[in-house]
Amino acid sequence: MSEPGRGVHDIGGLGGDALDRSEHEHEFWEKRVDALMMLLVGKYEILTVDELRRGIEQLGEGAYEELAYYDRWIASIAANLLEKGVLTSEEIGRKLEEIDERPPVAS
Amino acid sequence: MSEASHTHDHDHAPPTDEAGPLSYYQRLELAVRELLIEKGVLTADEVRAGIEDMDGRSPERGALVVARAWSDPDFKERLLADGPAACAELGIDVSPARLAVVENTDDVHNVIVCTLCSCYPRPLLGLPPSWYKSSSYRARAVREPRAVLGEFGTVIPEDVAIRVHDSTAELRYMVLPQRPPGTEELDSDALAELVTRDSMIGVTTALAPTAERHA
Repeated sequence: MSEPGRGVHDIGGLGGDALDRSEHEHEFWEKRVDALMMLLVGKYEILTVDELRRGIEQLGEGAYEELAYYDRWIASIAANLLEKGVLTSEEIGRKLEEIDERPPVAS
Repeated sequence: MSEASHTHDHDHAPPTDEAGPLSYYQRLELAVRELLIEKGVLTADEVRAGIEDMDGRSPERGALVVARAWSDPDFKERLLADGPAACAELGIDVSPARLAVVENTDDVHNVIVCTLCSCYPRPLLGLPPSWYKSSSYRARAVREPRAVLGEFGTVIPEDVAIRVHDSTAELRYMVLPQRPPGTEELDSDALAELVTRDSMIGVTTALAPTAERHA
């Protein structure tokens, strides 16, 4: 939907399809992403809303358009925390492996 | 903090809707959250409390503010002049972002959007609906607002200006809908029931007092 000279997120004024006005219940993991972000922004001041948005915009055109809303959020939160040195990619990699090895009970 | 670091194994019991294998991003959320808890950056209890806060924010709060503004002209004046201070009078904290309340009149109908992302007056309305975050709404609200409103069944007379407000990370808007005619006898509670989420976004008007109401 973007056009030359515009960032992938910069879509105000472009055309689009009719709205899908169906209501959406948030999944629990989506609320956790949201709550994490609010804590990092509010109480702990580790991230800002602008940094979240910048991280989302830097996902690039394909990812920006294909990923679901909170997929983009957690991707940006992780990227920002790496950039700030709060987490390292080794830590995240190890943790993801550990998660994969857990028995498949309800998370 | 050390206490929390030993309880992280027990913090994913509550309502789960994650049937089947987790997606990459669901696993990433688990990884990031667990690491932040292990490192003592934040605690599992804080995440839980955050979700409870989130669940406690609904458009009913915005409706309370609107109903008060409809029935108290002095409050309305304060609300339009300084949204956060007026909301604080009702015990509603709208920080950290600033809040501007924009009033619908016989001459102007206001609509809010966030063209760049999804900024929204969450302390007053809760989490935004999916359509508010959709690329179609973000793109079209500022290009053809009357057509967008039409999809909500809202027709604003041609001689009424439509003003679309583009939100930012620092400044959020909420629409103060017009008080419907025929509501002179209603008290604040009854008035608040006429104020819908969509009317405070500006894609609809407030309900007429006789209209069937949906919770």
